[in-house]
Amino acid sequence: MSAFWREYRENWFAVAALVVVVLVVAAAILAPLITPQDPYDLGNLNLADARRPPGFIGSEGYTHLLGTDAQGRDLYSAILYGLRISLQMGLAAGAVAMMIGATLGILAAHAGGRVEQAIMRIVDLQLSFPAILLALVLVAVLGQGKVPLVIALVAAQYAYFARTAYGAAATERQKDYVEAARATPLPGRRVVFRHILPNCLPPLIVVGTVQVANAIALEATLSFLGLGLPPTEPSLGMLIANGFQYMMSGRTWISIYPGIALIVLIVAINIVGDQLRDQFNPRLRR
Amino acid sequence: MSALLEVRNLRTHFLTRAGVVKAVEGVSFSLDRGEIIGLVGESGSGKSVTGFSLIGLVDPPGRIVSGSIRFAGEELVGLPPARMRGLRGKHIAMIFQDPGATLNPVMTIGTQMALAVQAHGGASERAARELAARILTRVGIPGAAARLNAYPHEFSGGMRQRVAIATALLHGPELIIADEPTTALDVSIQAQILAEMKALTKQSGTALIWISHDLATVSSLADRVLVMYAGRIVESGPVAAVLRAPLHPYTRGLLDSLPAMAAPGQRLNQIPGSTPSLLTLPPGCPFAPRCPRSTEVCRTDPPRVAAPARHALCHHPLEAAA
Amino acid sequence: MLGYVIQRLLQAVLVMLAMSALVFVGVYAIGNPIDVLISPDATQEIRAATIRHYGLDLPLWRQYLAFLGRLLQGDLGRSFVLNMPVLDLVLSRLPATLELALASVLIGAFVGVPLGIYAGYRPESLVSRLIMAGSVLGFSVPTFWVGLILILTFAVNLNWLPAGDRGPTVEVFGVGWSFLTLEGLTFLALPALNLSLFKLAMMIRLARAGTREVMLSDTVKFARAAGLSEFTILRRHVLRLISIPLVTVFGLEFGSTLAFAVVTETIFSWPGVGKLIIDSITSLDRPVMVGYLVLVAFLFVTINLVVDLSYALLDPRLRRGGRAA
Repeated sequence: MSAFWREYRENWFAVAALVVVVLVVAAAILAPLITPQDPYDLGNLNLADARRPPGFIGSEGYTHLLGTDAQGRDLYSAILYGLRISLQMGLAAGAVAMMIGATLGILAAHAGGRVEQAIMRIVDLQLSFPAILLALVLVAVLGQGKVPLVIALVAAQYAYFARTAYGAAATERQKDYVEAARATPLPGRRVVFRHILPNCLPPLIVVGTVQVANAIALEATLSFLGLGLPPTEPSLGMLIANGFQYMMSGRTWISIYPGIALIVLIVAINIVGDQLRDQFNPRLRR
Repeated sequence: MSALLEVRNLRTHFLTRAGVVKAVEGVSFSLDRGEIIGLVGESGSGKSVTGFSLIGLVDPPGRIVSGSIRFAGEELVGLPPARMRGLRGKHIAMIFQDPGATLNPVMTIGTQMALAVQAHGGASERAARELAARILTRVGIPGAAARLNAYPHEFSGGMRQRVAIATALLHGPELIIADEPTTALDVSIQAQILAEMKALTKQSGTALIWISHDLATVSSLADRVLVMYAGRIVESGPVAAVLRAPLHPYTRGLLDSLPAMAAPGQRLNQIPGSTPSLLTLPPGCPFAPRCPRSTEVCRTDPPRVAAPARHALCHHPLEAAA
Repeated sequence: MLGYVIQRLLQAVLVMLAMSALVFVGVYAIGNPIDVLISPDATQEIRAATIRHYGLDLPLWRQYLAFLGRLLQGDLGRSFVLNMPVLDLVLSRLPATLELALASVLIGAFVGVPLGIYAGYRPESLVSRLIMAGSVLGFSVPTFWVGLILILTFAVNLNWLPAGDRGPTVEVFGVGWSFLTLEGLTFLALPALNLSLFKLAMMIRLARAGTREVMLSDTVKFARAAGLSEFTILRRHVLRLISIPLVTVFGLEFGSTLAFAVVTETIFSWPGVGKLIIDSITSLDRPVMVGYLVLVAFLFVTINLVVDLSYALLDPRLRRGGRAA
């Protein structure tokens, strides 16, 4: 573990990305404590403060560091709260998708035969189908809200985990010791937990990291298209969408700042994921 | 007549994360026109790296750190890459161990060979393919002109290696470096290829460096043999003399481990221990830890023991003891 | 080879059946289309008549069978909202999307593959690191955000290119195309670039990974030993060797490009099928949604099939005896 961290530290870029991720997560968790306004409490919003540029001192008496949006929300507060939602959605979707996907993948590799064929056929079919369309249709079918959104994200992403887990487990299955363990009357559960699962974890962690970022991006995209969460609790994607119409008239901050927050988070997670992938991939080692 | 190839004190090192791997450490030898030498050693002895050093194709992080390689009077160490490329294939060619891996699986052999022809001078596609067909016929591929349109997987292993050999022969090079070219083949095919190689090089006056881990193969082919251990040439000399009476205990060990050399029913004598890690070589003679004759003095650098036309690096050479 | 083709064709048909059923059942669970079709104060009789007219009173499986039957005759139903045949509607929008998707896939291939090969050839160089940093961005930054920035930069600030819409088109074979005029191209540029970024990033990665692996292979060493120039090795040997995964992704990505066009078309008001599906989702126009999805599924299955078959052409080892493994 310490050796792993030492190797990670060699890439200062990845370290910086990790720091950014930690800071953003901390800021999102602490949002109610470090923001001047609860942007989801409609009673706090004053239309007289709407669409003001950064630095404007609003009717409540504090400075809007990043300006306000079309409803008079303090953008700084709205962004941190939006990050909370984005992270919640991303992590929830990523975790559920990983559990379902890994279970299916390992089951397929472990069971073999028809079960294997059936599961992997479906997974492959779904992988070839664009995630965004699937999510779009599901959100349209299930309606707006956090649960439908998570279901849509999970449905769009579990297949990646299943593929990854299957790949790792199938490789592992061919190794002699697993063959041997399967031949002995040990319960299958033990083989899975002692031998197969630990070897699937590294690639799953890498895919998981990247998929959390993807889930966040997908959620933002759906919200941007107006199909994500209800507009009373705007996520980052919706903040950006709402500001889009004002961009042409030069009020760029309404879209730009939430966008920057979103990009920084997604890119940082991806860089961390890339570094993990490089470190877990023995083939790239020399 | 001066030698075709003069290698002096060649050192090729790999600067890895774990440390400096001294794959080739002070190798010197020379090669006359048309001469065949066998470069023999276990895997990791630096014999392949020596071959790649000669042709300027050491993969990073490896590089030639010092020494001299004179080829036909021209110094190759430090030669501009463009000039080195001009030599490769035209004057120095190389063939590899696994013909299944060297030939491009998704390109017809005609196209591949034509590319190799056109790499030196702008022969037309047609002329290039005609030359390729001619050389293929020479290495014993029947119906060569028609087979130019075949893909590598449509050939047997032995035929594939013949294609690779033909590719090396395209420009009639003065020197061919063969890196274990028969190791991946069946024994019967091995013998055929060996015989053909010998005939082809004699016929065209091409010098050949035959890299192998197998003393027996080399003995039937080469004029001289160089034995490598841990990046050094520990013994060199005419094949017959070295095989009859090796100077270095390591060469003795190699000979004793050959099935053909042992009396029937006798156990094969493996050299105890294994090749040392090139990262942590002991001071002095690198073979000392495995050597039955080693003494205290072997912790210091071994002297060069010379006999007519041969030499060895050893404190306790066998011949001197007798 | 023929057996392989037939086997793949049968598989494709099965997949299409499964997809159409899934899409139909999935989409028909949405809301109540009757509310869209008639005003809330319509009489009970009108309501019942409309339901019967559209066959909405039948059990779902009967509706599906009827749908399937019409589907086989090329009838995808009528749009509730626009009251015109779905097929005509989709087909009228499809060329715009196809043009956009094709332009972006071409950008991705012709720019991405050379960049990726270079990055794989010189992995340690500064330029390669910049290329890879760019590809991380292209991969992770959501399309809609890039679109926004493109509009802000090139349309609002620099005022070089139009911010949206399709602009003038030239009729060829009764279909309008943008790429034939310079002005049309200015309208195509930003959306195509926007849509291509993901593909670009992916092509760069694939080409780089493939090149890195191939550069270490004996094939490249042997080519070098024969004195081939590095450029010839990259252009002839390496490109050929990495082309199989590239063509696969190129094909598969063309399908997902059609899907991602949803976002790009929305941002740039590009009048393609992507915008159509978003509009139909918001207005609960079920036949359009189903029709669109079935068509997309059809495109996907077709593309998968073509890609699988082109494997056989690219890799001579697969030509005989079907697919290895």
